[in-house]
Amino acid sequence: MKYLSEYRDGTVARGLIAEIRRTATRQWVLMEVCGGQTHTIVKQGLDELLGDVVEMVHGPGCPVCVTPLEQIDKALALAARPDVIFTSFGDMLRVPGSDCDLLQVRARGGAVRIVYSPLDALELARKNPEKEVVFFAVGFETTAPANAMAVWRAKELGVTNFSVLVSHVTVPPAMTALLESPDNRVQAFLAAGHVCTIMGWTEYEPIAAKYKVPIVVTGFEPLDILEGMLLAVRQLEEGRHEVENQYVRSVRRDGNQPAQDLVSRVFELVDRNWRGIGPIPRSGLGVRAEFAEFDAERRFAVDGIHTAEPTICRAGDVLRGVLKPFDCPAFGTLCTPERPLGAPMVSSEGACAAYYNYGRFRSAV
Amino acid sequence: MCLGIPGKIVTMHDTQGLPMGVVDFGGVRREVCLAYVADEVEVGDYAIVHVGFAISKVDEAEAKRTFDVLREMSQLDELEWMKDLTP
Amino acid sequence: MTIVCPVPVAVTERIQLGHGSGGKMSAALVRDRFLPLLRNDILGQLGDAAIVGVGNQTLAISTDTFVVQPLEFPGGNIGSLAVHGTVNDLAMMGAQPRWLSAGFVLEEGLPLDVLDRVVQAMAEAAAAAGVLLVAGDTKVVERGKADGIFINTTGVGVCPANFAPAPARAQPGDAVIVSGLIGRHGIAIMTAREGLAFEAEVTSDSAALTPLVDALRERLGDAVHTLRDPTRGGVASALNEIAAAARIGIVLDEARLPIPGPVAAACEMLGFDPLYVANEGLLVAFVPEARADDAVSALRSHPLGRAATRIGRCVKEHPGMVVLSTGIGGTRVVDMLPGDQLPRIC
Repeated sequence: MKYLSEYRDGTVARGLIAEIRRTATRQWVLMEVCGGQTHTIVKQGLDELLGDVVEMVHGPGCPVCVTPLEQIDKALALAARPDVIFTSFGDMLRVPGSDCDLLQVRARGGAVRIVYSPLDALELARKNPEKEVVFFAVGFETTAPANAMAVWRAKELGVTNFSVLVSHVTVPPAMTALLESPDNRVQAFLAAGHVCTIMGWTEYEPIAAKYKVPIVVTGFEPLDILEGMLLAVRQLEEGRHEVENQYVRSVRRDGNQPAQDLVSRVFELVDRNWRGIGPIPRSGLGVRAEFAEFDAERRFAVDGIHTAEPTICRAGDVLRGVLKPFDCPAFGTLCTPERPLGAPMVSSEGACAAYYNYGRFRSAV
Repeated sequence: MCLGIPGKIVTMHDTQGLPMGVVDFGGVRREVCLAYVADEVEVGDYAIVHVGFAISKVDEAEAKRTFDVLREMSQLDELEWMKDLTP
Repeated sequence: MTIVCPVPVAVTERIQLGHGSGGKMSAALVRDRFLPLLRNDILGQLGDAAIVGVGNQTLAISTDTFVVQPLEFPGGNIGSLAVHGTVNDLAMMGAQPRWLSAGFVLEEGLPLDVLDRVVQAMAEAAAAAGVLLVAGDTKVVERGKADGIFINTTGVGVCPANFAPAPARAQPGDAVIVSGLIGRHGIAIMTAREGLAFEAEVTSDSAALTPLVDALRERLGDAVHTLRDPTRGGVASALNEIAAAARIGIVLDEARLPIPGPVAAACEMLGFDPLYVANEGLLVAFVPEARADDAVSALRSHPLGRAATRIGRCVKEHPGMVVLSTGIGGTRVVDMLPGDQLPRIC
């Protein structure tokens, strides 16, 4: 596939790996804050190939993993209603709430449907006027424009049976929260290429300056990740701390203006609870008052949610890079991909799931 | 946040005022909303598509430049290796 | 910054869709709920078909139920699938498929012309596969209880002497060969499903594999250690099952996996791994390393096997585990999925 396959070239990859090794004079700790990048790193075994020079800490970049428990519980409550068709991206279906997950709600008779695009959910609403269609609007800044457009169009077209349950989070506040943490070990970041396609990279400049960390806007294919790592390592070796753009084929400094505009017309910044990390002020998006009728939380009474919060799962420590998954007492025993205790074990990009597969191999050979 | 893949815009049209198009991803075609790139793209251009929306136009010149630089780097590596062999 | 950690309860007291996906949940269901009550030595083999003796004759018996949605898809329908699926299960044990029975559950309201097309496809598939449909049954259930049509087919085949491929026979040093292109059926089904709405030049590979098995048997005889048709759960699940049954490790070479462009593209779009996508006209074969080239050329001599290629090897390290060697020199574990693959956004 054009603009995809070339960035998987084995020969070029090996050249980049060699260059990273030549450049690093010591081991550095890097974090990527993007589930898609985690996926590539683990899928290609990049962290093992370069483990001695670059320690990759998988940050809270998986929106599936960080969606707060309360939102999952609200989703489950809505999906169980007989008048609701609950629509969602596929990867949310196995995320455990306090009591069960969306797949189990479907097993009990709830109408739960996977859609690829929020516009498909809107279309479903138009085709099923006698039902309420709720869309689980999850994601980082990359997905916010799509979700915003679905709400905007619903209003424009006069659709009255469509609403969104929002659980959007934004990256810069999370990055800042991690950097403020006293036990932070991360020395440089790979910023998410598609988040920055929308937002540009101006928000990261003050972070790089204040905390003196290199931030490299990086793509998702193996060559992108490797080049991003190389640029970060070079900065670290040279004592620089700037924002650099590796993903030049898609990202510009100011990002996508029309997308940002629609997002700010439909959504506003709110405080958000990050599962496994806790509340981070002004780190999420909520529906503005003018679009209240499309906000599932205001449209339906989703009260009586009791979120259960026991303490075995160490997801928070893992997400901050303080704890390696295999040091968690529940790892691989109480907590496995089939019976996950916390979100990083659910998603294939979650750090715990990634280590689960990878760790088994290393201990077997 | 993340799963955005590049595809080629093969048709462009308007659905009740919303710019839409059909994008071809290496043999797979889907309808995609072009509202966020409408002023920049025409048929034949490549765009990055995430959950049914084009979020950027692929800058083909930059893409080529990046790739050429990377490839050169890997060839440099071979030259380095050969240098060690020359007496 | 406070650390809040939720621990959800992961108890399932009901059947979920994942139990039917061919992954870990399916395996657990069989192991934990069926086998304890139904166990006998023959069932316990858990092969594609059961091998039984009647006097001097050895027979293979297999059963499969087809619930595919949509009923009709590019490359076939539930009828042709129902014939091919059971024929293939018999063929994977080395048997010559001879007779099939078919049980239908029809939903009230099913249009008769749909039924005609399904039955027509069954007739054609059976004739092409050289099997006779000798027994049948039909039930009708109320609207809403059967998704149109469910079909169960049970097949009986005759086992030739000196040809008994079985999962446990795979051994370190064997080559792993695949008979064609990977991922076609699952993606063809996805294109016809609502909610994802994409088009692709992908048709199901649904076909009877008997001619390929015959070609292998004629060329290699008993050197064919193991055969498997990777249906739901894909090549990855099938290989994991064999690795577990034979207690061997399997190493795959990513660069050698024959994945057609549109399948790869659709998988990119949905975030799927082609190794977990269902196939219905594909087999994997385990043969000794020294016979690998013979096996590939035997498969390629038939139109169905034109794209046959060697994709990996068996090792004694990491028994029960399948690993993949990536294009850039890394390795990753290819595990069984817990349930179905879900389209992802990141």
